[in-house]
Amino acid sequence: MNEPEKSVKWQNATILALRFLIGWHLLYEGIYKLFNPEWSSIAFLGESKWIFSGIADWIASNAGVLNAVDFLNTWGLIAIGLGLVLGLFTKAAAISGTVLLMLYYLFNPPFIGMNTVVPLEGNYLLVNKNLIEAVTLLLIAVSPAVKLYSLDALIFNNKQKN
Amino acid sequence: MSSENDEKKASGENTHGEKKSGIGRRNMLKALAGVPVLGLFGVQVLRKFSYDDRHNVRRQIINELGLNDLLDSVKPVTPSNGDVIRIGIAGFGMRGPQLANALGFMEKKQFDNAVKNGSLDSQIKYGNFNAAITGICDVFDQHAENGLATAGHDIFTGGEIAQKHPVKRYSHYHDMIADPDIDAIIVATPDHHHAQMSIDAIKAGKHVYCEKAVIHREDEIEPLYEAVKNSGLVFQMGHQIPQNAVFQQAKELIRRGMLGDISHIETTTNRNTPHGAWIRHVDNQGNTKPGDEKSIDWKQWLGNAPEVPFSIRRFYNWARYFDYDTGLFGQLFSHEYDAINQLLDIGIPETVVATGGQYYYNDFGQIPDVLHTNFEYPERGLTLTYSANLTSSKTRPRTIYGKEASMTVGGHLTMTPDGNSERYADLLKRGLVDPSRPMIEIMKGSSLESAIDAVSSATTQYYAARGLTSTSIDGREWDVTHLHLKEWLDCIRNGGTPSANIDKAYDEAVTLAMADISYREQCRTRWDPVNRKILRK
Repeated sequence: MNEPEKSVKWQNATILALRFLIGWHLLYEGIYKLFNPEWSSIAFLGESKWIFSGIADWIASNAGVLNAVDFLNTWGLIAIGLGLVLGLFTKAAAISGTVLLMLYYLFNPPFIGMNTVVPLEGNYLLVNKNLIEAVTLLLIAVSPAVKLYSLDALIFNNKQKN
Repeated sequence: MSSENDEKKASGENTHGEKKSGIGRRNMLKALAGVPVLGLFGVQVLRKFSYDDRHNVRRQIINELGLNDLLDSVKPVTPSNGDVIRIGIAGFGMRGPQLANALGFMEKKQFDNAVKNGSLDSQIKYGNFNAAITGICDVFDQHAENGLATAGHDIFTGGEIAQKHPVKRYSHYHDMIADPDIDAIIVATPDHHHAQMSIDAIKAGKHVYCEKAVIHREDEIEPLYEAVKNSGLVFQMGHQIPQNAVFQQAKELIRRGMLGDISHIETTTNRNTPHGAWIRHVDNQGNTKPGDEKSIDWKQWLGNAPEVPFSIRRFYNWARYFDYDTGLFGQLFSHEYDAINQLLDIGIPETVVATGGQYYYNDFGQIPDVLHTNFEYPERGLTLTYSANLTSSKTRPRTIYGKEASMTVGGHLTMTPDGNSERYADLLKRGLVDPSRPMIEIMKGSSLESAIDAVSSATTQYYAARGLTSTSIDGREWDVTHLHLKEWLDCIRNGGTPSANIDKAYDEAVTLAMADISYREQCRTRWDPVNRKILRK
């Protein structure tokens, strides 16, 4: 194996590792919410700053909308997590994950002067882990390695055959 | 050869020329690489759930205290249906507009602004209860005009109710209460009119929602009580604090004896602004607010109060003058007292002693800036104290002290075990609860599971607040004033007695009068329950 091939192999392995890790994280976020009936996005929405704070207030103040948002969020996380771990509709899962994480980011951006009441586990200036995770998912989505080690390969290969 | 093999691989054949279904085994295994990861995930999730279950301190406390059903004590908010109730509002200064908003009415311009800046949702988050404001009475033209504009625009139907039920201005409240097109009256004037207006309205057959304090002088108590008691009409005092959902839970915790014997209840006022001390005749820019003898019917405003020349200070700052108000007692202690009376049904104290003085805001008016009052209930074995400060806003929560635990209750509730408690001795010993922090903390809208916060952090303390203006029931935000008005209207439609009813009003009126007399006449007052009289000694 020559150097460029080796490099590609390592890149692919890293992309795969990222896919598993982020998938694992989002899947557990979804599972946690599913099994904690106490959980609601109301606290997160209540903290919302910047351009989406109006929408956040609106969601939080409408029980029906809030329930729908909670439901979509929980099952969205589970679906994206499963998609990434198993490699099922991987590209769609990665892009959906990017969108979802960007929403989290934009609802509570770590901009100057937009401090949250609840102390976070780290310290952020403009960049936080949601943003990094979102961009990483985008990297997975656009990488050719997105097809590797995935159920997609099995399904779409068969489709081509039939 | 190698290139031939590659082609075979790609086409799903093995190198021996045998055709396999689908893709090669190697590719199949590669495609299933996520399955073991998912398996590992599942195992770890199960381990985590099992661990959490064994270490769930909150649930242990809930179980040990038998509080599983505590949340059931909060009644859901039911819709209000029925015929339109036509309401006349007497007094449209500061509280009048707030009550109109809570009824679902907002002046068009204010409404449009609220829609534009998105604040409408945070102001009005509740359902229509089919009320119409059809009468406005205020002695000041500007206030009355604002009242007409507000009543002329209802929020829920976009003005439909208001159009069907036109609003009328009355120059004297007698005319408003005599109008057969009005079903109910809200009294939101300065305090010296409350009792007389309520009595007159009740006698005219109108239901009454009367702002606190319902009386100004002791000789108003019996006539008000008699008038309402014999009328069969619905009377509600304007105390919205106990509409906070946590009051239902607080009542349930007390009923179950979780606090043990209660011998001390502490209520307070903590303010530190001129506005908070009812100095309100100047606006934010320091200019004197509008109003003169031409635009204000001064004679009607004075009512039965001693005749004095027109005074803009008296007009806006009436709460500072004993001619029109009992000051801290009527304005703020009344809320505190009602909160406690709703929870504990303490009734009228045996004796009251009040001391204090006007040490800071001493330009005009008579009310004290610092005031301490003890209300003794020997039969109940407890003292209620009211400590008021208009020169420091350091928060002191409304606190009920029991032998086993203490409770603070306002917009949210905390219950903290006493370090020497016998009831919680075992929990204390096992370290499950700690006297330095609440063992139960029910936030606005929180569920019980998250409320039992044995590992409470400084963050939760942040949310500590006193009498909030909104509460959360069934995951929805409710303005407590709206709920309080709703209770009144529901009783008018369906019968029943509201929470701040005339019996509670009687207890409160006597208690306030005892405190007010004690302060002003510098004596201890005693209640004579047989002759229903306040004695001085």
